[in-house]
Amino acid sequence: MLKIWSMKQQQQQAENAEGAAGKKKKKVTAAQLRVQRDLQELTLGSTMKMTFPNPDDILNFVLVISPDEGMYKGGHFHFSFSVNQNFPHDPPKVKCTQKIYHPNIDLEGNVCLNILREDWKPVLNLNAVIVGLQFLFLEPNASDPLNKDAAEDLRGNREGFKRNVRGAMQGGMVRGVKFDDVLR
Amino acid sequence: MVAIDQKLRWKHLYNVLTRSGPFSDEDWVPGPETISTLESSKILVIGAGGLGCEILKNLALSGFKDIHVIDMDTIDISNLNRQFLFRQSDIGKPKAEVAAAFVEKRVKGVKITPYVGKIQDKDEDYYMQFKIVVCGLDSIEARRWINSTLVGMVDFENPESLKPIIDGGTEGFKGQARVILPTLSSCIECQLDMHAPRPAVPLCTIATIPRQPQHCIEWAHQIAWQEQRKDDTFDSDDLEHIGWIYNAALERARQFQIPGVTFQMTQGVVKNIIPAIASTNAVIAAATTSEALKIATSCNPYLENYMMYAGEEGVYTYTFEAEKKPDCPVCGNLARAMTVDPNMTLEAFIEALGERPEAQLKKPSMRTEEKTLYQRFPPQLEEQTRPNLKLKLSDLIADGQEIAVSDPAYTIDFRYRLDFS
Repeated sequence: MLKIWSMKQQQQQAENAEGAAGKKKKKVTAAQLRVQRDLQELTLGSTMKMTFPNPDDILNFVLVISPDEGMYKGGHFHFSFSVNQNFPHDPPKVKCTQKIYHPNIDLEGNVCLNILREDWKPVLNLNAVIVGLQFLFLEPNASDPLNKDAAEDLRGNREGFKRNVRGAMQGGMVRGVKFDDVLR
Repeated sequence: MVAIDQKLRWKHLYNVLTRSGPFSDEDWVPGPETISTLESSKILVIGAGGLGCEILKNLALSGFKDIHVIDMDTIDISNLNRQFLFRQSDIGKPKAEVAAAFVEKRVKGVKITPYVGKIQDKDEDYYMQFKIVVCGLDSIEARRWINSTLVGMVDFENPESLKPIIDGGTEGFKGQARVILPTLSSCIECQLDMHAPRPAVPLCTIATIPRQPQHCIEWAHQIAWQEQRKDDTFDSDDLEHIGWIYNAALERARQFQIPGVTFQMTQGVVKNIIPAIASTNAVIAAATTSEALKIATSCNPYLENYMMYAGEEGVYTYTFEAEKKPDCPVCGNLARAMTVDPNMTLEAFIEALGERPEAQLKKPSMRTEEKTLYQRFPPQLEEQTRPNLKLKLSDLIADGQEIAVSDPAYTIDFRYRLDFS
């Protein structure tokens, strides 16, 4: 025990007491620090916007994706991001807050994106997640469906699927389900 | 009579503590002083479960007399096969209290103080009273919390603020014991990359084509609950909730003709229970407690710093020294003190940061624990935090508060403690 304390004193002398600590105040957490860095390194482009309901809380925010090409062009898709204190060990929790017609997003807003679950690694950052989400709108994927009906439509009849997407985006009904208007 | 009994009882321990051996430190003075140091060392055990029961028993039998234990859990019937301080009549009672009472009764002269609750309930003043902290935890989150708390407590002017952490962990036949000297050696956060996260099943497999009974349970837990019981917050300790998940999973398994969903499996999947093997816990707890004895008394060198134990095929252990990560977000960049004029604006402060030779931060973003001071990107947040630039530092932060600064030009982040001049 004494040995350990004297080691600390030696280290301190070597560093010339640079890091002296006084009365304690709350420290910025590792998760906050990582999000601060991730946000700064984002490349958003013109198709994505972020809003922060509480600017002091950077762990919770909203991302709006407005694809400028592909079948979902013209829509504005809202995702809530919630990052916990275990980030980046845990992935961010991402949900679509609108009811949309998409093979990889279910009616509750759950998103099937590999890096949000099974393939998440702490070296990945928020930018990777955002790029992944954007990609889902450019290339909806029928082989890993969360919304089975939409996936069947996409596989069986691409033109019909496109029509369904247009209809759903206007707030119309597809297969008896009413979707949210995402054109505004 | 009693005195003689005492002497006999601790005879072997006293042999170790009253004479030096080939490995003991040159400066160490064996004898009664060492024994009284050990007996007066206040030690904290975090967790009174599989590892915790073993650790408490071992510490009491190693001569520690003032032991504290924290655990938030109550005793479940499934604990009784290995958590040997508990009996059937204890089911439903708090683990910390029952464990403390049992060991106190069994080992005369030891005082065990239980606390039923979360480690996060306690503040630095509480942790400051201990000499050593031994962890028998089952979550990475709790480890990270206690690690960053104890790293943050290290005060350069007070050597006693440095609390060695001895961390044990087991999973099935595998385990690990490590010694962490906060700010001096590799910490839990430095070693985080070594833990592979639990493999998760893709959500689409769960939603569409389950192949295993576990997939059906995950479906009930993650999808069916959300759809049908949106307004209830799921509680994995609520039997009605688990029962509901079990029935939903059973129904889904029937549809896909998957056999094997049981109530116990449901509990295991939902509560993320890892297989626990009594003897693995015993091996790891023994390793952590003998380190505690050595650190408290200095009688022998302690573990430097990571021992892994692999018991799946025969017995294999390997000890190595995990290195400190220079860019560790917890122990890598401790806050440097900086004296600032409280009347300076944030804008002027940022400019000044750019001129400091060791920093030269040209495009920094910065925050305190509760406030985003200035965030350069994304544009919406920049706009929201821009008004702060015109404010005085004294309007934004308190004297002595820590700020964290990131700059795209650097791969590491900086922490400063701002003292008002």
